[in-house]
Amino acid sequence: MTVATETPLQREPVQTIFEKGRPGRRAFVCPDPGVPVRPRDELLPKAFQRREPPRLPEVSEPEIVRHYVRLSKRNFDLDSGFYPLGSCTMKHNPRLHERVTALPGHARLHPLQDPRRAQGALELMWNLERALSEIAGLPHVSLQPSAGSHGELAGVLLTRAYHEDRGETRTKVLTPDTAHGTNPATVTMAGLEVVKVATNEDGGVDLDDLRAKADTDVACLMLTNPNTLGLFDRNIEEITAIVHGVGGVLYYDGANLNAVMGHTRPGDMGFDIVHFNLHKTFTQPHGGGGPGSGPIAVSDRIEPYLMTPRVVRRDGDNGSGAPVFDLDFDKPKSIGRLRGFHGNYGTFVRSYAYIRSLGAAGLKDASEVAVLNANYLLAKLRAEGVDDLLPLAYGKLCGHEFVLSGAPMKRELGIKTLDLAKRLLDHGFHPPTVYFPLLVDEALLIEPTETETKETLDAFADAIVEILREAREDPEIARNAPYTTPVRRLDEAGAAKRPVIRQEL
Amino acid sequence: MADGTYPEDLLYHPEHDWARIEGDTATLGITWFAQDALGEVVFFDPPEVGSTVTKDEAYAEVESVKAVSDVIAPLSGEIIEVNTALADAPETINSDPYGEGWLVKIRLSDPAEQDDLLDAGAYTAQLS
Amino acid sequence: MSRYTSVTPDDLREMLATIGVGSIDELFDAVVPEGVRLGREIDLPDGMTEQDVYDHLRDLAALNTSTEDEITFLGAGMYDTYVPALIDMLVTRSEFLTPYTPYQPEISQGGLQVMFEYQTAISELTALPVSNASVYEGPSALAAAGYLARLANRKGRFVISRAVHPHSRETLRTMARGYGVEVVEVPLRDGVTDPDAWAAAIDDDTSAVFFQNPNFLGAVEDAEALAGAAKNSPAVVVGAYDPLTLGILVPPGECGVDVAVGEGQQLGNRLDFGGPSFGFFAATEAYLRRMPGRIAGETRDVDGRRGFVLTLQTREQHIRREKATSNICTSQALNALAGVVYLTWLGRQGIVEIGDLLLQRTAYAREKLAAVDGVTLLHEQPAIREFAVRVDAPVQRVIEYCQDLGVNPGYALGRDYEEFSDGLLVALTEQRTREQIDLLAQVLGEAVAAERGARAEVTA
Repeated sequence: MTVATETPLQREPVQTIFEKGRPGRRAFVCPDPGVPVRPRDELLPKAFQRREPPRLPEVSEPEIVRHYVRLSKRNFDLDSGFYPLGSCTMKHNPRLHERVTALPGHARLHPLQDPRRAQGALELMWNLERALSEIAGLPHVSLQPSAGSHGELAGVLLTRAYHEDRGETRTKVLTPDTAHGTNPATVTMAGLEVVKVATNEDGGVDLDDLRAKADTDVACLMLTNPNTLGLFDRNIEEITAIVHGVGGVLYYDGANLNAVMGHTRPGDMGFDIVHFNLHKTFTQPHGGGGPGSGPIAVSDRIEPYLMTPRVVRRDGDNGSGAPVFDLDFDKPKSIGRLRGFHGNYGTFVRSYAYIRSLGAAGLKDASEVAVLNANYLLAKLRAEGVDDLLPLAYGKLCGHEFVLSGAPMKRELGIKTLDLAKRLLDHGFHPPTVYFPLLVDEALLIEPTETETKETLDAFADAIVEILREAREDPEIARNAPYTTPVRRLDEAGAAKRPVIRQEL
Repeated sequence: MADGTYPEDLLYHPEHDWARIEGDTATLGITWFAQDALGEVVFFDPPEVGSTVTKDEAYAEVESVKAVSDVIAPLSGEIIEVNTALADAPETINSDPYGEGWLVKIRLSDPAEQDDLLDAGAYTAQLS
Repeated sequence: MSRYTSVTPDDLREMLATIGVGSIDELFDAVVPEGVRLGREIDLPDGMTEQDVYDHLRDLAALNTSTEDEITFLGAGMYDTYVPALIDMLVTRSEFLTPYTPYQPEISQGGLQVMFEYQTAISELTALPVSNASVYEGPSALAAAGYLARLANRKGRFVISRAVHPHSRETLRTMARGYGVEVVEVPLRDGVTDPDAWAAAIDDDTSAVFFQNPNFLGAVEDAEALAGAAKNSPAVVVGAYDPLTLGILVPPGECGVDVAVGEGQQLGNRLDFGGPSFGFFAATEAYLRRMPGRIAGETRDVDGRRGFVLTLQTREQHIRREKATSNICTSQALNALAGVVYLTWLGRQGIVEIGDLLLQRTAYAREKLAAVDGVTLLHEQPAIREFAVRVDAPVQRVIEYCQDLGVNPGYALGRDYEEFSDGLLVALTEQRTREQIDLLAQVLGEAVAAERGARAEVTA
């Protein structure tokens, strides 16, 4: 890389907003108090007053706009390109959703508004709950959790409450060794203990190991189905029977719901608790790392413990017959709250708009095309002869995502999955998820989603083929990639050893 | 340090830790295999001098950018010294895992525990 | 084909041929066992066109009384603060709205630098050196601080002031029950945390102490004294703060607070019926490696360019798994972007000016309301943007009466504090003008008179 071949974004000096501006510049115009002004010391004791103001920037509005718009150009995003991140379901974010969310009746509604003056919001939440309930096959829903992992925490706490209410102390949570990182962390926070269950050679739960470990100390089994290998466990009915047989609760991690909508429902498979990721399956934009939302649906036996408040519907008593929606706080067995107010309502509006846009047939189609696209990309890679170097880790067909192993590529060509991912950046693609699941050596987890065209999938396959061909000739190229991104490979070890996490002022 | 070396004068624990016995004290650290699996070490948080370590149990953690690993005690005893130089240069654990990258020194509470440990040959054999 | 998918019959034919199956059904047959097939359509209404979906969502919006439809003095944790238009533009840009968490830092420098700037801004506001890149919201941020304390010192009790937001106290209880820590509540005296009861509650099994400043009743607490009372205990001192008051209020870092948390909604985020917003989480250097959530750090690339990466990731769920400092995966990046842009828009002068403005208008409002017949101050503590009064009439009816006249007078404290069943919590923002405050006083006076009469009738 030489100065002459630098891109403009690479050449651009990096300055934080704190390094811009000059003393005296400003954007905000403070309203005139309009009231008789009293000395500050009269209203706030001197000991409680801040002596030096916080050193926030001093910039004008045009400077702010330019700074952040220029920063935005240093990001790759889903609107701009393909984002096959396995387990993240990066599907298109419709802009209709932004328009409806911005309607003042939704956007400027205070959460503590009298429910009688928030009937639109409560009706929306009620409708969303019923839709999620129908999709999951479980009758009761709480929209409160803020993200998938928050929903998981709710699920484990609910499980605890259920067993304790029956006079039982159960301490173990079974989770397959392919589980997403949030599962074991959640269990520990809820005061329980993780017990890992082995995976068999087909990538499903090892039934013998499950039978050996399923006893009356097991509070629940946490499962993703299809699992993180993209495979649907064919023994699912047997698995749920084993766990129910010892009185355990079944928890379904809904991260991969995009594979099965309209075809099968976790409730029908025997699960008691399901969490949804509105920022995955239901198009809430990822926002560069949130916000998300992790509602849960539960069976009758778990319902009494659900978080408060609950959205309820009553028949109208005002003569018109229209139903009235309200918030119910009177649930004596509830585990309580996991956050303030009602949850991320802005995400409910978007998800609800999505569900109303697609309808039953559209949701089913979304899952079908998600599975079609994944199988097509897999087959296309095979047809291009890639599977000697990047074989499928398990099985022959896949669900909505698939895992390849980069181990043969590493042995034969001398480039790792990491290098392949970095070189993909130069081709204008976001790489798939790398090094997850842990069970697969040099893992590459690919989820195209249903909103991508066949042409995009073909182009991605071509890029993989090209990178492998190039590596055969000269592996150093991929090892030192990327070349064209705003920055090249970064020293992550240095950042962790001597953390600098704020601008020096 | 050459690739994959395992000095003959050390004793090894299957969880990738080594011990250098010196009379009734021992110096402890992690093996070449462990530092290679971790990648570049960025942080080592030592236990307190005077605290007790128990054979087969974790007594500290070693962090790299991508992973964190328990350090298992190959022998039991009381911590008499910790390697404070690692605070500024944790990567020494990678570059010199058996020398300057030592972690702690202990006074042995049960020297007979040595018999349970592996020699270099036995340790490398169980690596493959 | 459905909305947003593109598979034509030609596409389908080619793709199935490449895969080597005859139909999509075959893919599902191979994968989903017979016994769990749904076998019917999901029972949901048919899909609608964009226009019809818009109309439906607009009709629902019309049933809500938003802050555009009434003059509101309702606060209690979220506030009708003005969101400048440039924030709307920035948070709907593709490059900020649609990417994932920055796991490939080379193509995420925009988002990572925003996190770094946000962390800097929060550090400045709180005067604490370590900030993460945001957590979900206020109450769960406080609970996360509790978990940090528990992992740090393994002690068995939390001590929390009754003046902390009810949702925060409840969330802490729900979480603490999970990992087995007892929660002890300290009562109020004269509108602030009772200092004697507070000191008496703290012992050497106290894992963390929690207070809020200004507290839920709008009163400014003596943070330094509250923190000082925990000095000889192992307790982590946690303060929940209102970020918009930190321009004029002495910051937590200068009061002996170890961990500062709070709700970020009023920094550039809409009300959105309670979310999404963000929570901030800042701490002393000692807790750097115990911080939950994401943290962005500065570094260099191979050519020496300045850049940013997610750092200290070993603490997070996806590496440490069961030993993680929390289970946070998604956080609130887009809302934190709005937060840092808002703080930049306020600027060094603006953060002080807005604090002073709130102080003045709150004092004025307090005076005006105290002069209303049937209304008395619930406490006389210093207040910056919110204060509590007692009304001599059923509070819910008073609120309803005022709302029917287009003014929302505030929050009925009796919903959370049975000892303040006649209490009303009144919030000011920079949008509440003198005229609106005068109107509130007038309407409130009318309401109390009318409803006091109604109650008198009932008991006669």
